[in-house]
Amino acid sequence: MGEVIVITSGKGGVGKTTATANIGAGLALRGHKVALIDADIGLRNLDVVLGLENRIVYDLVDVVHGQCRLKQALIKDKRFEGLHLLPAAQTKDKTAVKPEQMKELCLQLKEEFDYVVIDCPAGIEQGFKNAIAGAEKAIVVTTPEVSAVRDADRVIGLLEAAELREPKLVINRLRPKMVRQGDMMNIEDIIEILAIDLLGVIPEDEQIIVTTNRGETVVQDQRSRSGEAFRNIAMRILGEPVPLMDLERDGNLFARLRRIIGLR
Amino acid sequence: MLDFLARLFQRHPLGSKEVAKERLRLVLVHDRANVSPELLEMLKNDLVQVISKYIEIDERGLEVTLDSSAEMVALVASIPVRRVKRAVKMASV
Repeated sequence: MGEVIVITSGKGGVGKTTATANIGAGLALRGHKVALIDADIGLRNLDVVLGLENRIVYDLVDVVHGQCRLKQALIKDKRFEGLHLLPAAQTKDKTAVKPEQMKELCLQLKEEFDYVVIDCPAGIEQGFKNAIAGAEKAIVVTTPEVSAVRDADRVIGLLEAAELREPKLVINRLRPKMVRQGDMMNIEDIIEILAIDLLGVIPEDEQIIVTTNRGETVVQDQRSRSGEAFRNIAMRILGEPVPLMDLERDGNLFARLRRIIGLR
Repeated sequence: MLDFLARLFQRHPLGSKEVAKERLRLVLVHDRANVSPELLEMLKNDLVQVISKYIEIDERGLEVTLDSSAEMVALVASIPVRRVKRAVKMASV
């Protein structure tokens, strides 16, 4: 029996879909069978982030309505052994699926996959309720901004009300330089405010834009910092204790020198 | 270099994150307490009525907000007083 994890945030644009793609690929890289579900019906995106948009035949709504078998709708990612995508429907809306049906779908997928990772739509309405219905664990993604942390706080409250206890936090797009200058909230600030456990921190990284442009994930890129951060998150989900990576390691020689002599 | 000069002449030496944290803290006090602005407005109006019986206050300067310390949420009212009413003063003597 596998485990169903929903990735949510409340606010849009904080990196839920990117996180879902990379965490899923990260788990697959470690040899696990993973099914990714795009629960954002009407605004599907996980397919393009993964570069699988040309291979969609059936989607989540087709499966739920019995128009195809689950196996027919699952797209196998050829680059990662064990990684599969169940795409969202693009022409329907959120009312096409009910929470009960999502629960049933998750149960079915759990039989065959080690991890079922759900990309939740932004907001806290029906789409959110559908996405969390079948989940057993939740990951909340935020960025170090007032609006994103505020929405994360709201979502944490709703998750706990829905019996999804102890969600874990991923802080995305942290800029170490701005944190050093006192112009961005740091990890401790956000953890203290939200009072939940930290799963990982992704530094701002242009490489994410480059890989997403190509329909690839960053997690297999050995040189990128964000890729390393996503690999670490995958390992923590698997129960391996990995320390937070040193975000100060970035920067050029000049920046490092300045830091050494105390100019931040 | 520009960066360095900008920092040298910065007007807020603390950086903007402290502002962000404080704003976030206050917003979350309201969100978590689930107090709507309408409710707060009604409370404000009632407060004005009760207090005006005893003290002449500046209604426009009245501020009612929620604030939080470590574990507690507090209702904080800042009420500018014009003068204490004579009748009440006499009565209390």
